Amino acid sequence: MNAPFEGIGASVRRKEDLRFISGGGHYTDDINRPGQLHAYFRRSDRPHAKIVSIDTAGAAACPGVVAVYTAADLAAIGGVPCGWQIHSKDGSPMAEPKHPVLAEGKVRHVGDPIAVVVAGTRQQAKDAAEKLDIVLEDLPSVSSVTDAVAPGAPRVHDDVAGNICYDWHIGDKEGVDAAFAKAAKVVSLDLLNNRLIPNAMEPRAAVGDFDPMSGEYTLYTTSQNPHVIRLLMGAFVLQIPEHKLRVVAPDVGGGFGSKIYHYAEEAMVTWAAGKLKRPVKWTAERSESFMSDAHGRDHASTAQMALDAEGKFLALRVSTLANMGGYLSTFAPAVPTYLYATLLAGVYTTPVIYCEVKAVFTNTVPVDAYRGAGRPEATYLLERLVDTICHDTGLDRVAIRRKNFIAPDAFPYQTPVALQYDSGNYIATLDAAMKAADWAGFPARRAAAKARGKLRGIGMSTYLEACGIAPSKLVGQLGARAGLYEVANVRVHPTGSVTVFTGTHSHGQGHETTFAQLVSDQLGIPVSQIDVVHGDTAKIPFGMGTYGSRSLAVGGSAMVKAMDKIIAKGKKIAAHLMEASVDDIEFKDGKFSVTGTDKSRTLGEIALTAYVPHNYPIETLEPGLDETAFYDPMNFTFPGGCHVCEVEVDQDTGITSVVNFVAVDDVGRVINPMIVEGQVQGGVAQGIGQALLENAAYDAEGQLLSGSFMDYTMPRADDLPNITVGTESTLCTHNPLGAKGCGEVGAIGSPPAVINAVIDALKDFGVRHLDMPASPQKLWAIIQSNRPRMAAE
Amino acid sequence: MYDFAYQKPSSVADAVKALGAEDAKALAGGQTFIPVLKQRLNKPSVVVDLARLGLAGIKVTGEAVVIGAMTTHGAVAASAEIRRAIPALANLASMIGDEAVRHRGTIGGSLANNDPSACYPSAALALGATITTDRRAIKADDFFQGMFTTALEPGEIITSVSFPVPAKAAYMKFKNPASRYAMVGVFVAKGPAGVRVAITGAGQGGVFRHAAFETALSANWSADALAGIATPADGLNSDIHASAEYRAHLIGVMARRAVAAAG
Repeated sequence: MNAPFEGIGASVRRKEDLRFISGGGHYTDDINRPGQLHAYFRRSDRPHAKIVSIDTAGAAACPGVVAVYTAADLAAIGGVPCGWQIHSKDGSPMAEPKHPVLAEGKVRHVGDPIAVVVAGTRQQAKDAAEKLDIVLEDLPSVSSVTDAVAPGAPRVHDDVAGNICYDWHIGDKEGVDAAFAKAAKVVSLDLLNNRLIPNAMEPRAAVGDFDPMSGEYTLYTTSQNPHVIRLLMGAFVLQIPEHKLRVVAPDVGGGFGSKIYHYAEEAMVTWAAGKLKRPVKWTAERSESFMSDAHGRDHASTAQMALDAEGKFLALRVSTLANMGGYLSTFAPAVPTYLYATLLAGVYTTPVIYCEVKAVFTNTVPVDAYRGAGRPEATYLLERLVDTICHDTGLDRVAIRRKNFIAPDAFPYQTPVALQYDSGNYIATLDAAMKAADWAGFPARRAAAKARGKLRGIGMSTYLEACGIAPSKLVGQLGARAGLYEVANVRVHPTGSVTVFTGTHSHGQGHETTFAQLVSDQLGIPVSQIDVVHGDTAKIPFGMGTYGSRSLAVGGSAMVKAMDKIIAKGKKIAAHLMEASVDDIEFKDGKFSVTGTDKSRTLGEIALTAYVPHNYPIETLEPGLDETAFYDPMNFTFPGGCHVCEVEVDQDTGITSVVNFVAVDDVGRVINPMIVEGQVQGGVAQGIGQALLENAAYDAEGQLLSGSFMDYTMPRADDLPNITVGTESTLCTHNPLGAKGCGEVGAIGSPPAVINAVIDALKDFGVRHLDMPASPQKLWAIIQSNRPRMAAE
Repeated sequence: MYDFAYQKPSSVADAVKALGAEDAKALAGGQTFIPVLKQRLNKPSVVVDLARLGLAGIKVTGEAVVIGAMTTHGAVAASAEIRRAIPALANLASMIGDEAVRHRGTIGGSLANNDPSACYPSAALALGATITTDRRAIKADDFFQGMFTTALEPGEIITSVSFPVPAKAAYMKFKNPASRYAMVGVFVAKGPAGVRVAITGAGQGGVFRHAAFETALSANWSADALAGIATPADGLNSDIHASAEYRAHLIGVMARRAVAAAG
């Protein structure tokens, strides 16, 4: 019987799911250390206030309390660092006010931690925290970017004038002005990209541990990138040398970006463990997650396209205000700049582009990368603008896209906003999506819906994103304070099974399966013989973690490089054993054979020889079969595709139902089609959530109105249609796998497809644009306000 | 939650006695109360668990459906007898919360709490239910006295609720998109208590009857009879999900749909 095919292209069932769905996962909150204490953070319930005084005596006297800390106790440690520096138009570095671990002098958002109580139990810590006597004096506050940049707005940071973190730009301003001057038509659109709260299923948690004998600290934390946390926290906050700091990110229940960043709570429990010589644990309550996990999106933009008489795009001008929140989160400055404005060419040949971005401090939770990070904002802006052009000019939505597409033979394609796309075929994904969605049959479905009293609409988005993050040299020039290569260590054991140590981190993506398939494919051994290890700085080499759809394109490439080394070394051993020339050894399906003979050795035999080197070329070759490779990509990868959404709107209630959704994406090489389908469906679910449901609502002063699931509308299964996923791949040309990435495409491509469909459904009501989310209340108001006019016509 | 004492008496009399303690609180299904405790919004001295009082059970006669106070939403939703006698009531129960909530939450707990977004108060009011307690019977019309406020005296325990079987009834719920509570819930009934329309989720004072709709439906039981009757937005809730005006509009939509569904 042949073994089932488990290599590249097989839908192998996810190895990790048995433990995830049977309660066998091992998460940070499952970790309990002997003698462990519990921390509880007392947080600000005010958006902006001066800290007049903090009296800790009452809390310190409570049962079980071991310590109470405020900013005054943390003078020796640093603030939470920012990992990316942007320079403004005038060359000045961005304003980078201190982000203290505990609030210093004032609080800047609801949820800002003021003090921490450490006690024997979580309950005791929480009881005592209520006894903290904290006197706050309210200050005027501001929550929206437009309010924050208005003259006379309250200052979030006293030394940051106008609340402007940076005033940055990219592109050719004069060229754009010139193109606009001679354009046949200019279409302009103001739009908001609504703020989202990530809401990973597992709340953040951290356990700090300290061994006084070795002087070694261990932090167990809910992180997407344990080495990044070790570097940031060790070097910048606590000044712990890296060889004395181990960071473990065990099973992590979803991240979506929110667990990339170094957070104050991690530093606090690690520091407190050292002070108290006892482990200290913190697990967020869900309400803390709402007000302390970095939020996503929150842009206000104006976009203008200059067109010729035939609808060809001549120039794009964009101006964006991006909300940073009260402090700079780890990668926040990069999101509305190099992950956003560089994407504004999209899939189109727009020859000149100019974009200016002001990043703005407000009295809200810090904003950072959230699934897609900048690319959803760029895609939403572009794809809404394209549909608005059609609204204003009467041009066809499909025809205008085709007319402006970068042609399949135009690659590599240099955009006017820095990126060079390596491959893509936007016509292929468009055609496939339209076919799968039966675009041509829509008028009949609209008519049928109308007969049922429903407004039916169809919309699309043709998008592109940049991921596989990222070439270190390039991002260094753009302000990154880190390299973004990846690493893999492939360890072939003496009996031929393999453990792979990867610097990426799986928090739902299925790496344990995908990477095992990759190894299975290359080394010719079954998936059951391969384990993937990640998430522990004591085990894995220094890697950069998982975000920006980078794990396969960058981490997988490192793995391929490491396996190349294994095979190259194996060939030398095989040549020695079979008394042949290395050049005559070929490796295929797990066997080293001498070309043209029936002589061969299995990988297991070679491995055993490598570890038991009795008959071995020991003078010229080290024993062992254990190779590490670092891989730094030469470029970003550029997945793209076409999403088509079909909706029905109930005119009486304003409820929008997504009745069909098709995503056809070019994600490059697919290792496991089932996992890709799941990743795209999950991303689309979040995109539909953003478009129709989710909104982090603040009032004008900065109180979070949607601070729980009672008011924050997370998408549920019954909000979602069956999502049809297809792939039409071109291969990435610059990595050994041809992989591009699939983790974020769903969340990037879908929101404009949904809104374009909603606006199409409201076609007869004269609606040109509406901001997300397209809630029932919003649609009802639009329908109401347009009904009298319709009746009059 | 804060520390509290816990008692699980085995008779109604003992439970009433236990609830006589200062700051004592009754625990039925706990689907509102436990989250409230976890958020430290309530600090009871003692929590008196009503689970062992034998108050769960469903009895259906030709005239009435009598439901024990500790009967879960899930049991009501699944009851074939209720589905035959008052399908609208079983249907309402099937839409409360999710499976887990319906498995624990009880009718007595819901009515005693009188959350302005709860579903059951609308059924009790529209069907003209009688709420029986350890000491008396209270008409639904007298029972609901404003948001989170009822006619129950301190320590008084609901033992059962009796719903007269109507000729026609239906419940339509516009769910809050986030919480899935009733943003507007409308229960219409034509029964022994006359034609009644009760609205939940919308009013600042909790559940209320809609006199204009009742008048119109008494004259002509049809969805069309409600066309053109505007509901004033005054006194309706307004929040990030729905303005008072939108709720007023939805009351009309849900009422028409309910009448149509009732047949």
